[in-house]
Amino acid sequence: MNRFLLPLAGFVLLAVVLAIGIRHSPEKGIIASPLIGKPAPQFALPSLTDPARLVRSAELKGHWYLFNVWGTWCGECRAEHDMLLQVRRAGVLPLIGLDWKDDDAQARDWLAQLGNPYQAVAVDRSGRTAIDWGVYGAPETFLVNPQGIVVYKHVGALTPETWARDILPRVSAVAATRS
Amino acid sequence: MRRAAPVSVLCALAALGAAGACRAVDPTQLPDPALQARYVALTHELRCMQCQNESLADSQVDLAADLRRQVREQLLAGKSDDEVRGWMAARYGDFILFRPRYSLRNAWLWGAPALLLLIGALVSWRVVRTRTALLAEDREPLDEDGRA
Repeated sequence: MNRFLLPLAGFVLLAVVLAIGIRHSPEKGIIASPLIGKPAPQFALPSLTDPARLVRSAELKGHWYLFNVWGTWCGECRAEHDMLLQVRRAGVLPLIGLDWKDDDAQARDWLAQLGNPYQAVAVDRSGRTAIDWGVYGAPETFLVNPQGIVVYKHVGALTPETWARDILPRVSAVAATRS
Repeated sequence: MRRAAPVSVLCALAALGAAGACRAVDPTQLPDPALQARYVALTHELRCMQCQNESLADSQVDLAADLRRQVREQLLAGKSDDEVRGWMAARYGDFILFRPRYSLRNAWLWGAPALLLLIGALVSWRVVRTRTALLAEDREPLDEDGRA
């Protein structure tokens, strides 16, 4: 018995370490955001639809919102657009857009043609706000709670599965405990 | 990574026309040579998040240029190398650092070599001990035989 104990212990240890490694391995190269559990980065950027107005992160506090980073140069964003329109129709929480390093006129055309799912779109021409949010590829979507804390991040096109599995339960669970 | 292939093709084509033109990904030249050296070192040890096996210094994508601008501005503003690294890691996680930092979460990784060495030492000590014991046992019957 004893001579098998040590190798067995070694095997179990290795299995545990590898299991942790597999569980934490980035799925399709997706990198966990250090922002989760932290306050959403502050910004005050011109509005796409009304350039005279500023979209301020401070004004977004007090309710849940989805922060969606997109651009007309981004193919996946086109694929995602119908889902965003569905989110708007669902009316659960507002979508705030960040038009990342884009051409304003093209972005306005895009929204006019495809429909505008956003309550407000902030224009980030310099890309600084996107960097503050740790964005590395559009589209990326962040879920922010009423306290202004980022609770979830999705990289890539938003899908009905992500919406149903990762976003809706987070929003409604909190709503349920409050009532 | 997906962009790597076309970029290399472009590089090959450009090399035919003007050799070396493609290498000038980052034309930055800071006024202070010491600052420039720190800038070059830092951009080489920060990862381009879009093309993950390239450093900021080597990458041609827009985001890498934006992040290089951040490094430049922060160095010019008098930030230390560690402050720049921390700023990047706060936004993109430790993944952006090619040289990982020591933390409680990865302490086991840093400690693993020492631990493995210790386990190896224990195992070889045990093997040597049992073998010596076996040798001693082997000799005993011989001695008895010899005496008999």
